[in-house]
Amino acid sequence: MTNANVKFKYIGKHRRAVEHRRFVVGEGNFAADIHLRGMLHVAIVASPYAHARIKSIDAIAALNIPGVHAVVTGKDLFTDTDPILPGVDAPQVKRYPMAVDIARYAGEWVVAVVADTRALAEDAAEFIDIDYEVLDHIVDPELAALTNSPLVHEAHGSNIIFNRKFTWGEVDQHFSECDHEISYRARWSRNSTVPIETFAVACSWNDAAQMMDVWASIQMPKFPDQLAKALRLDGNAVRVHFDVDVGGSYGVKRGLKHSILVAYLARKLNRPVRFVEDRLENMRGGDMQGPDRIFDVSMGFNSDGIIRSMRMRALDDIGAYSGRAPLQLGKPVGAIIGPYRIQSVEYEAIAVMTNKTPQEAVRGFGQAPTNYAIETGVDQIARFLNIDRIELRNKNLIGKDEFPYLIPSGTSYDSGDYETVLKKALNAAPYSELMIERDRLRNSGMLAGIGVSTCLEPSGGNSSFEPLFNPKNTTTTWMDSCLIRIDLSGSITALMGTSSAGQAHETLVSTVVGEVLDRQPDDIRVLHADSLNALPSNSPVGSRMAIMLGGAAAGAAKKLRNKLLKIASHNLGVEADSLEYAEGNFTSKFDPTKKITWAELVEIAHRKFHELPSDLEPGLQEKFVWEVPTGGLLPTEDGRVQMYPCHSFEAHVILASIDPDTGKVTIHQYICGHDCGVMISPDVVHGMTYGGIAHGLGAALLEKYSFSDEGQLLSGTFMDYLLPSSHEVPPITIVDHCTPSPLTEFGQKGSGEAGYLGSPAAIASAVNDALAPRGISINTLPMTPDAIWTALHEQVNELRSI
Amino acid sequence: MSKVAIQMTVNGTLYEKEVEPRMTLVDFIRDELGLTGTHVGCEHGVCGACSILLNDEPIRSCCIFAVQADGMKVTTVEGLAPSRGQLSKIQDAFCEKHALQCGFCTPGMLIACHDLIQRQPHPSQDEVREAISGNLCRCTGYQQIVDAVMHATACEDTTHD
Repeated sequence: MTNANVKFKYIGKHRRAVEHRRFVVGEGNFAADIHLRGMLHVAIVASPYAHARIKSIDAIAALNIPGVHAVVTGKDLFTDTDPILPGVDAPQVKRYPMAVDIARYAGEWVVAVVADTRALAEDAAEFIDIDYEVLDHIVDPELAALTNSPLVHEAHGSNIIFNRKFTWGEVDQHFSECDHEISYRARWSRNSTVPIETFAVACSWNDAAQMMDVWASIQMPKFPDQLAKALRLDGNAVRVHFDVDVGGSYGVKRGLKHSILVAYLARKLNRPVRFVEDRLENMRGGDMQGPDRIFDVSMGFNSDGIIRSMRMRALDDIGAYSGRAPLQLGKPVGAIIGPYRIQSVEYEAIAVMTNKTPQEAVRGFGQAPTNYAIETGVDQIARFLNIDRIELRNKNLIGKDEFPYLIPSGTSYDSGDYETVLKKALNAAPYSELMIERDRLRNSGMLAGIGVSTCLEPSGGNSSFEPLFNPKNTTTTWMDSCLIRIDLSGSITALMGTSSAGQAHETLVSTVVGEVLDRQPDDIRVLHADSLNALPSNSPVGSRMAIMLGGAAAGAAKKLRNKLLKIASHNLGVEADSLEYAEGNFTSKFDPTKKITWAELVEIAHRKFHELPSDLEPGLQEKFVWEVPTGGLLPTEDGRVQMYPCHSFEAHVILASIDPDTGKVTIHQYICGHDCGVMISPDVVHGMTYGGIAHGLGAALLEKYSFSDEGQLLSGTFMDYLLPSSHEVPPITIVDHCTPSPLTEFGQKGSGEAGYLGSPAAIASAVNDALAPRGISINTLPMTPDAIWTALHEQVNELRSI
Repeated sequence: MSKVAIQMTVNGTLYEKEVEPRMTLVDFIRDELGLTGTHVGCEHGVCGACSILLNDEPIRSCCIFAVQADGMKVTTVEGLAPSRGQLSKIQDAFCEKHALQCGFCTPGMLIACHDLIQRQPHPSQDEVREAISGNLCRCTGYQQIVDAVMHATACEDTTHD
């Protein structure tokens, strides 16, 4: 399918994203911009306790305030809606938009107040009197996993919602054959991608039509279906408008509970209703915090540095309710050995519930923490054997001629050239100068270190983790689709089936359609359908859209071109294979006077049925629904599965220093070698990679949802949950490499999670290299100034006490 | 709650409105004037998404009440373009250099960059990073924003702005 030497006309070229123009003039259409006549607004009263029984709610005073339209509680929703399903088989872990009888985390919604304005709704919320009985709570995930711990969901009988140990290959034998074994703990603390736009949703119910219209800042597969089910409405009674611009998501915009609540209110009151989270609601009760993992890992390896086997136990604190969170332990199964030739793996995945804000999908869907855990081990082996980290990686990286490469857990890696990408990154630094600069910094009194990571980005987002983690779920397709129409003026319009959150999908589709139809991409309009007009689609998750939406758009465009060819052949009286296509016109290869133009073809298709071949429908409209390449299979009994089809690769090389007096880390150089196959829109790919690195920097150095022992969120504002600014994120050099995927239309792979999947590991690697001369190693993220300073001073105190 | 009469010139148009004293300037701009280009990100003065120019000075419009801006001049992202259908040089450079992805921080970011260029027509990269350090962006890692400002300020083309 793919030929690396294919020359593209529009793919891979610099092109202004078509979305940008509306944003730079302030004409984006975000959910909070939706104003409907008579619209009402919602304020939330949240539980102040981590675990409490709701004994009574007195809303009379609030309801007496003029302009207040309703006060609803979890019990109201319990009566009139169905619960949100957990991703795994745990039917007793029921989740409603608001607490029913028991609040299970501080910040959980207890009461919703609806009023003419948000300010008035907040005023009224102050008058609501709730009587709680405080219950025993649990915030430590390791304690929560013990049998004598307070239960978050008593009906479930345990705080463990998922636990499975996979063994792929001869793990015991390989360990016994190894010269050495190291064991370590790596801690990925709870953080999130925290979009600057909070979640917002507006709903309008048309009682005559029995139709719910929804405008939401959503990025969620199967959202319309789940919303309709929870509301007990038919699927065709819920219309989600995907032309809403989403102000950043990176996985987390899964406001199903928000949308159920607001849709319920709109129907109940027969008025449009809108809810826009404020920042504290978003941080504490928005249910968008990310993985929170304790990794206990052992690696077996030989004296020459060859890593043979790995045992990994990942305990993930998913918080008080289960959505997609446990499945985030499943996706890494498809890249569980990273880019290395590790022959066998034991992987135990444990998802534990605690009285904390629920975890939701975050960029990488669990892969960034797993990559960090693997890379921590690789660096530790290098240190143990006193082998250079680059040399150790080169010994273990899968070679470019070994693809397709079947890993122990059953996934086949499509293509790659890891050694070359790493080498390119090292040359760009260049590595020799990084070492000189590191030593210069060390000599000047700073702690300085070089960081390296080599990591995979599985892409093409399939949902194979669903049947892997839930045998009752037999999903084997995660299609995406595109519909393209050429109207009777000859203009092209393409329809995609989901919303976008900055990934420039309109640019992607128009570039691809322009390439296939050889028409100017800037003249092609791309629309986001509403859910009732959309073809079967999932959503922009799992680094899938360049592959899946790009593939679907190309498929539909090829069908249209084929139809145009038939019309041309019929009207010119020339065999189809004797015709050449350029810029919309067909010409005979042998007689240039035999030519038919785009305008003529369009005219025939739309107006001249008598000139159409007899087997063609009039008009010009084609759809294409594409199954994920390599998809369609269920896991084997021992849990082997083809997870995602394509595998992008990134090699990070950085130089960082630590101020020994403050513990503050400064990154002096940042190079990222990146291979995501053929780039359709290089500016978009680079932008996502820069942004992903910034997210990773936050996870590595700054960002953490901290909870007190009482289960109170301590970092609910941007004054204490620190996001990287332009001061913290350094200038970044990206070095491109292209190993086309053999599985995709143009050789493209995914890049939506690029940068983020390798930067935390690389930054941690640099910090630990900087600390190495002091004999210190930190295996917990984020490595805040406080954490580093404490580690340095604990060590000083230890030395003093000797 | 009783209302207070205020007047404000926003993007060159004089508005006279009655508002609750507790209404923030950003809510006034968005909800009363319908200028939804200015965004609300954190409502505690950190993220910068709500940045506007108040009497030509960049401020957080979430941390000031509309009544405090009575009689003043406001410029929002909608007021940056020289005329309808045209882009200012910095708006154009943001498009050219892919200095945005989701577009949510962009209005505030443009205000910060516009203000920088008014003060310093040819900033260094460090000066750009300093100028935008009060505006958080989660998509771009800031690199292409810096590139865009350098592009806008290096280019001598006068067809825009």
